[in-house]
Amino acid sequence: MNSSSTRLYNFQFICLPRSRSIKPSLPVPAGSRLTLPSLERPAAHCRANRHRPLPEAKGCRGRRKSRGASLSARADLHGRQEVLKWNGWGYNDSKFTFNKKGQAEFTGKRYKLSGMVLPALREWMEKTFGASLDHKTTSRASLTLSEVPEAVVNEGFLQDIIAAGISYSQDAEDRVFRAHGHCLHEMFALREGMFKRVPDIIVWPACHEDVVRIVALACKHNVCVIPFGGGTSVSNALECPEEERRTIVSLDTSQMNRILWIDEKNLTAHVESGITGQDLEKRLNEFGYCTGHEPDSMEFSTLGGWVATRASGMKKNIYGNIEDLVVHLKVVTPKGIVEKSCQGPRMSTGPDIYHFIMGSEGTLGVVTEVTIKIRPVPEYQKYGSVVFPNFERGVACLREVARQRCAPASIRLMDNAQFQFGHALKPQVASIFTSFLDGLKKFYITKFKGFDPNQLCVATLLFEGDREKVLQHEKQVYDIAAKFGGLAAGEDNGQRGYMLTFVIAYLRDLGMDYYLIGESFETSVPWDRVLDLCRNVKERIARECKERGVQFPPFSTCRVTQTYDAGACVYFYFAFNYRGISDPVHVYEEIEFAAREEILANGGSLSHHHGVGKLRKQWLKDSISDVGIGMLTSVKNFVDPDNIFGNRNLL
Amino acid sequence: MMARPMGSLHFQKDYRSKKREVFEDILEERRQSSDLHYAMKCYTPVLYKNLTPCKPSAIKAAVLTSDQLQYVMKQISLESGDPLEVIQEQAAEILDEMGHNLHMGAIRLFALSLCKIFKKLFRKVCVNEEGIQRLTQVIQEHPVVLLPSHRSYIDFLMMSYILYTYDLALPVIAAGMDFMSMRIVGELLRMSGAFFMRRTFRGNKLYWAVFAEYVKTILRNGYAPVEFFVEGQRSRPCKTLNPKFGLLNVVMEPFFKGEVYDTYLVPISISYERILEESLYAYELLGVPKPKESTSGLIKARRILNDNFGSIHVHFGQPMSLRSLASGRIHRSQYNLIPRHLPHRPSEEMQSFVCDVAHEVELHQISNMVLSPGVLIAAILLQNLPAINYSVLVDQTLSVKDLTESFGGSLDWPDSMPSCRVVQSSIELHSNFINTVDGQVTLLEYEQTGDPNKELIFKSAVSVLMCASYRNQMVNLYVRPALVVLACKISQSLKKVIEYIQWPLRKSGYHLGTDTSYEIFKLFQFLRSVFTKEFIFFPGFEEKDFEEGCFLLTKCGILHLTSHEIIMNEKGASAALFLSRMFQPFLESYQLACIYLAMDVCETFTEKQYVSGLRNFIAHRILAGVTKCYEALSSDIQKNTLASFVQMGTVKKVKSYPVNKDSHPFFHPHLGFLENGKTRVFFIYQEDCKYQISHLCKFLKYRYTDKNIPTPPIGFLENGKIHVFLFSKTNLNTNFQAFNIFCF
Repeated sequence: MNSSSTRLYNFQFICLPRSRSIKPSLPVPAGSRLTLPSLERPAAHCRANRHRPLPEAKGCRGRRKSRGASLSARADLHGRQEVLKWNGWGYNDSKFTFNKKGQAEFTGKRYKLSGMVLPALREWMEKTFGASLDHKTTSRASLTLSEVPEAVVNEGFLQDIIAAGISYSQDAEDRVFRAHGHCLHEMFALREGMFKRVPDIIVWPACHEDVVRIVALACKHNVCVIPFGGGTSVSNALECPEEERRTIVSLDTSQMNRILWIDEKNLTAHVESGITGQDLEKRLNEFGYCTGHEPDSMEFSTLGGWVATRASGMKKNIYGNIEDLVVHLKVVTPKGIVEKSCQGPRMSTGPDIYHFIMGSEGTLGVVTEVTIKIRPVPEYQKYGSVVFPNFERGVACLREVARQRCAPASIRLMDNAQFQFGHALKPQVASIFTSFLDGLKKFYITKFKGFDPNQLCVATLLFEGDREKVLQHEKQVYDIAAKFGGLAAGEDNGQRGYMLTFVIAYLRDLGMDYYLIGESFETSVPWDRVLDLCRNVKERIARECKERGVQFPPFSTCRVTQTYDAGACVYFYFAFNYRGISDPVHVYEEIEFAAREEILANGGSLSHHHGVGKLRKQWLKDSISDVGIGMLTSVKNFVDPDNIFGNRNLL
Repeated sequence: MMARPMGSLHFQKDYRSKKREVFEDILEERRQSSDLHYAMKCYTPVLYKNLTPCKPSAIKAAVLTSDQLQYVMKQISLESGDPLEVIQEQAAEILDEMGHNLHMGAIRLFALSLCKIFKKLFRKVCVNEEGIQRLTQVIQEHPVVLLPSHRSYIDFLMMSYILYTYDLALPVIAAGMDFMSMRIVGELLRMSGAFFMRRTFRGNKLYWAVFAEYVKTILRNGYAPVEFFVEGQRSRPCKTLNPKFGLLNVVMEPFFKGEVYDTYLVPISISYERILEESLYAYELLGVPKPKESTSGLIKARRILNDNFGSIHVHFGQPMSLRSLASGRIHRSQYNLIPRHLPHRPSEEMQSFVCDVAHEVELHQISNMVLSPGVLIAAILLQNLPAINYSVLVDQTLSVKDLTESFGGSLDWPDSMPSCRVVQSSIELHSNFINTVDGQVTLLEYEQTGDPNKELIFKSAVSVLMCASYRNQMVNLYVRPALVVLACKISQSLKKVIEYIQWPLRKSGYHLGTDTSYEIFKLFQFLRSVFTKEFIFFPGFEEKDFEEGCFLLTKCGILHLTSHEIIMNEKGASAALFLSRMFQPFLESYQLACIYLAMDVCETFTEKQYVSGLRNFIAHRILAGVTKCYEALSSDIQKNTLASFVQMGTVKKVKSYPVNKDSHPFFHPHLGFLENGKTRVFFIYQEDCKYQISHLCKFLKYRYTDKNIPTPPIGFLENGKIHVFLFSKTNLNTNFQAFNIFCF
């Protein structure tokens, strides 16, 4: 187990041996614009190939028995759906469980943590939440089909879709799978309840032209279209409006997942919007490139989704956020196609129309193709971590790093609670020597350096680039950290920090089995208010919990995840033990509401990258002014007067 | 733990469910064990949980390097052209001058001497321990601001002493600069936590910036509770003064800017059975300047150590969470768009919030004051000058006691003693102004025989004001029901007037109102607006105040309400009379001020001129035997009348700022060129009110000479309502009663 040389999770595509440069695996004539025969599929061809004419289309509607008949198509269409949990986060095979000895384990083979025993987790859960293995809740084992709301089907639309030869489904499981994102109440609904409204028909366009057809048909028959990418929304954005009486069509972009071309002269790639983050990186890596856009959800979220929500990636310090990466967009709206006529890197042509699209959250149209910046895969990657005596010093250090504009690809500062959480996820130590070393380190930091284990906090770092520059950069950052009392704490700790990001979503599922519910939320805030905001929000959460009868102190923790010139992004985790509370979801939502109110009162933004969706709609007006709302409304009214894209996000 | 949110502030609830809090005498224990031992006790106060321990010098350094202060200093440097270093030095000096300096040794010495002194002076020092417990809890959780009432210099010595006794963090006190000049005592005070601010620093930008930043730094750190007085100064008339907002604004800022999660405000009521400065206050109110605080003065004052000053009650009120007070009222996000270190002029919304909170604090202080029997006796005696039979006094005291209790006042009445003993001992305690001769209780020095001259008037006035200072402790408790009673009486007399002058009314088709309760409410509203500067009313709560007054009166059987009418019961007549007579001196003082304003005043005057002019005017009236209202001589009432005139628009307030004569000579048609270098406040008697005031005057003359209700000029009729003698054009409608206050 050569842990330090690979990244924590075993997506091979990011797995760069540390000290060895990677050559592009394909010999590409430098500087030439590539067309990719292997990826390029003429639309007509693809449809003939992949799309079942579905002879028994009528019988197929929502009937399970017809599934066998279209199995090959389904396997294709449902590739992701098959391997993902239906009522929780991530892959079916990866989850936390308690083994017979009562020790926590992470199953599967996908992540670095997979197959490992985590001896400290149970105690941490018991200590932090007052949770107990004896008090368990169980999710229903599978979807109760009878509870799925009846489909509202617009026959005319359906016939036209069939006639156009576009894949579709009315299967209940398919419909429920696309009825939600990953908000807490949505998970709860899956485990114990049911959604009041789910999509009625799923369609799988295979290319831009398919989308054009579908949108035209939707307009013709006045049905509601909700674009669906990775389904990782945490803002209620995918929830079907309960009051929607028209047929709701879920437009699943998963089949539009090709890289159409790579332009090495300009370092751009033209990609269909349904590609997931990990596929995009994997395939670009094959040519020696990457986008560097790595949101925490990148295993599942899609390029189109990033554009629609204004996503932000972990390594934005080098590569930029999605708005910095997008060069060109193609968007299908009820009024037609929106795109610019050139790929100039910057334009002064009035307000940027792409900015109507980025963050539009599926209310204006479907993003079908994106030209995105690419970069050569970095030669060298190095993790790191710094321990600070307290959170205040840590924030001061990050501020200084931002002031000097020398932030590494990623720099994150976890507070003490999250540091301890990270420790709880430490796998069983293999040798006495390692445990001895750990003890020594601990002794050095707490006793010799006098850090209070209940105060100290850790910054995790990720450097990327040329080996020499990385080492130089590393020194610069550690020098700054030293000025703020920071001690370098090794690469392992850094790695573990980033691992937490990917597994925490799995942990929520484990928690839900033991009366623990939680969620994350984020904000961006000017530098001078970071500390006050973090303190006040955590305090508010604690008090709100107490007021609402939560019996154990909640787990509320934050980390500064992004640095900017003028401020930072702060990410909160909040979880509590709901034993003894009759309506935990409601209580949770009230507390999250209060926390958001506190964020806004302390100068934080409504959202940094999760988006508004329906969860935060009520605050949008105060956030962007009445006139601002009016501007957005008038764009919506012009582009989509019939509210075809009727997911009712934002406005 | 949470105080009631603002807006639901309604005292009726309090009266119904008010639990008598238990007071503990903390001197009791001191009398039984060694003081030295007490002073050397292990002192480990509970601390704020987020406190980062630091020394006073570190606090001072933090203040000097704070963004806020740096910014102001740069501004001043730019404006004045002085180099920044000079300004910084000045700031450091200011900080040294006011900065506190906590020394354990000083505290112990202080504790030792204070408990010696207190044991000599006072019979008992009673503290509600429940309040202490609440405070202890809050101190650990949040920054705390202690807001005691201010009647005496003893106040903050007492506060520190009590907190030390209960092992709580000693407060950092914003106290007046007068103490600075008291050599050793000043230093001792400083070492025990007091810091000093100049009495006035209007216009001194740097001083204010340093001061405000100092207070905020202490709060943000949670270094110690901050203590100051909402009233701004010791209340000479011993009646809660209208609040000051400056410091309250400062202590709220860290919360509104998100620098602390919450701040708790703790109203504290300190009630003295006998106030140390009682005679000093009377002299001050009559315009004899108070002696400057000096250590030698203090030593001279030690003779008072042989005097008995009765007991003290200190009530720590319910801590009020600023967060819950502000929730739903103030959007903290308004501070989002300006860097937090920039000085921020409070928005109007904010100003009214601060004003409300200040009033709420004072109302809590008032409702938790503990009244001594002496207060009741003073109130009764003042209504029965020159003398009252002892046994009548005892009877009346008992009935006033009942009334006070049913109005929700706390009384320190020893139930175990027969009531005549209680009265007797109270009279003995106040023997410096109350005297018993042949079973008659009199006021010392009051209207002694001889030719009336200024000196005798002065002597009488001192006695009356001393006596009034005790009665004043209960007026705020009584003011709502009393104003309702007054409104009822005025309404009755108004009806008589209307009958008397039927002809103009009949001509215009006026009918006697059927909805008398509405009329009475309007009268109440008017009286309340005249007296807003005199008594403490929660801003805007006119109807609630009225309802509360009615409720209390109904409860005591003085009134009963029907759907449209408010009827005074016969059996409550004596209580009603007591209430209305209690407020008679205030009515009369305002009347006199009106006459003075209408007759003798030149157009432009300063407050000083007004006060001395009015004082002479009233002295003449008393000499002439026209009035016996000695209380009108009190400069406090006089200043309040002026403020009231300003509020009603009869008098306009003008500020002249220090200006550079060459560039902007400030010229005022009445004032001419103003001298440089000082901000002065002037008052201008409004031209357009002249007509009304002269009418008023004429009318009042009638009243004083003939004691007849005159026919002309009552006013005019509009919409079936009589509008009489308007004070100002601006509020025509409310002032239909303006006249009635005088014809009552």
